[in-house]
Amino acid sequence: MTPIIETHNLTVSYNRRPVLWDVDFSLPEGRLIGIIGPNGSGKTTLLKSIMGLVQPDSGYVKLFGQSLDEVRTRISYVPQRESVDWDFPVSVREVVEMGRYRRANLLRRLSSADRDIAADALHKVGLQDFAKRQISQLSGGQQQRVFIARALAQQADLYLMDEPFAGVDAASEQAILQLLTEMKAASKTVLIVHHDLQTVRQFFDWIVLLNTHLVASGPVESAFTEDHLRQAYGGQLTILSKVADLVKERHFPVREKPYKDRP
Amino acid sequence: MSSFFSFSDPNVQMVTLGVMLLGAGAAIVGCFTFVRKRALVGDAIAHAVLPGICLSFMITGQKHPLWLLAGAVVTGWLSLLFMDYITHRTKLKADAAIGAVLSLFFGLGILLLTAIQHSGSAQQAGLDKFLFGKAASLTQQDVIVFGLTTLLVLLVVFTFFKSFKLLAFDRDFAHAIGLPVRLLEFVLSTITVLSVATGIQAVGVVLMAALLITPAAAARFWTDSMQRMTGLAAGFGIVAGFFGAFVSYTAPSMPTGPWIVLLLSAIAVISVLLAPRRGILARWLLQAENSRKMLAENILKSFFSLSAKKEAISEADILEARPFSVTGLGRGLRRLQRRGLVQQSAPRTWQLTETGQIESRRVVRLHRLWELYLSHKLGLPADHVHNSAEAMEHLLTPEVEQHLLEELEYPVLDPHDSAIPYDIKTDAP
Repeated sequence: MTPIIETHNLTVSYNRRPVLWDVDFSLPEGRLIGIIGPNGSGKTTLLKSIMGLVQPDSGYVKLFGQSLDEVRTRISYVPQRESVDWDFPVSVREVVEMGRYRRANLLRRLSSADRDIAADALHKVGLQDFAKRQISQLSGGQQQRVFIARALAQQADLYLMDEPFAGVDAASEQAILQLLTEMKAASKTVLIVHHDLQTVRQFFDWIVLLNTHLVASGPVESAFTEDHLRQAYGGQLTILSKVADLVKERHFPVREKPYKDRP
Repeated sequence: MSSFFSFSDPNVQMVTLGVMLLGAGAAIVGCFTFVRKRALVGDAIAHAVLPGICLSFMITGQKHPLWLLAGAVVTGWLSLLFMDYITHRTKLKADAAIGAVLSLFFGLGILLLTAIQHSGSAQQAGLDKFLFGKAASLTQQDVIVFGLTTLLVLLVVFTFFKSFKLLAFDRDFAHAIGLPVRLLEFVLSTITVLSVATGIQAVGVVLMAALLITPAAAARFWTDSMQRMTGLAAGFGIVAGFFGAFVSYTAPSMPTGPWIVLLLSAIAVISVLLAPRRGILARWLLQAENSRKMLAENILKSFFSLSAKKEAISEADILEARPFSVTGLGRGLRRLQRRGLVQQSAPRTWQLTETGQIESRRVVRLHRLWELYLSHKLGLPADHVHNSAEAMEHLLTPEVEQHLLEELEYPVLDPHDSAIPYDIKTDAP
């Protein structure tokens, strides 16, 4: 079976400092996958480079065995809640309807079918009564659910979520977990950046353990081990980190020939 | 002045219409500048079009609006690129980049303008109008070019509204779903530069940022919808444009820009003061309403405890039981009387009506329920809960009361062992 996500020798810099070194893994379809690692280990960067939001210095990502542009409509992205201004003058409904925006309907109004899908997504996260509210009038957990509703409205097969459980109240956490279970049942794949080690076993069935380099990728039972955790959280690899600093300091390219060793 | 309002002069009509269009265009584009938090960038662009206008005049030797516009757009865009480069490629932050680019381009503009003014060219007269704006100096040709440009800008905003909104709200998401983010940003920047380059006819480069940002900032106070905000800002822009034309014609010695800015600022101040919910007045009224409610309910509570002994209660009794101000008590009692909750039985002596009794029980019930909730569910000691309940009893809605009753299972006594007063209708089922 083709892996749903495959990264090959992915090296990515942030502010010129490499935060992902030669990351190489394949993920199977239909799992709830947690990306775990200490702060600054490159979790968000990994998600962003899968979504094409940051350019890798080298390596590539394949999704459904194809390039991102060929399968974009099958992928849905949930950014970190803090990445937007919640005082922005839009209503909850408008945000969820953004999930129906496409390159193709850029200039048109949304069809009523699109609006129905959005309304349905809002219902699924239990916020149908909040549709008309301005988004700042929601709690943090509700805001996160709005973002997830927007992703659901995309009707994708692969969901990439950046810290959906961060700063979320218990009710919202339950609601999100319930949705994840349903998504798994519908054989969707969900990739989640997660920081709380306590809940890893409860939430996920596959993990990707990162600390700038890939520590482990596999089913929770075999990959989420004390040994791997010690590798990921037991401090950075001193030499790797020193080299990364050098790259930044000297403005040095990570590869001799710029970008892309395509297959 | 009368000649302005009669609009008998076709030139006046034309210019007024044109300037109103400029005002609307700048305000609409400015809404996106505003929500993208790029107000200062708008200011820098406005200052950076000046050298473009001067250069264009120096090269072509004439003041044809198309060439002036082209020059303005070129340096306006250049300033954007400079700011972008400085922010992304150096250690300088955006504010420093904006400050540096603004003063560099404006300084250059003033330098060129002075050189042109001393060149002795007969054609140059009027270029300095770009500093503070002067609608009345627009020629028919100007109005046509700038008017059409503004129409183009409006058309673009209208067409791409949805995408611009998403771009401004969540750029990463727009990128992720495959919108051509860079192209959209380019278009948005271009129409910003264009509307700045045309808007300076009305207010001048120095105060252009006000025409761009102030209508949006004022409109934001009235609505939570980007669409309505844009429409409202356009309206403010039109008013400002009209006013600008008016000032230009009726007070030729006056600089137009400052007048427009004063008007727009007045609109903004009015918005800050009067806007529903968000405005200062609305908040103030709400607070006044809150304190009226607190006073009334506190008086009712005093009645509740005093009524246990006798029905008719004198104002002196109430004042003894609770330290109201004498005038406040009088006001509160009169208001309760109007609401039919108390009635006067003798001079300075009152008693609760039947509805007044129900209402006073409700207030006391809420107070005691809240005390009970705090002590049971939050584990607060009984002597700590009174003060919190003093404030919350005025806030709790019937829905919250119902929740409290259910969660506390219709309790009989409060933490101080006083009975919780029920009415028949809220009694345990």
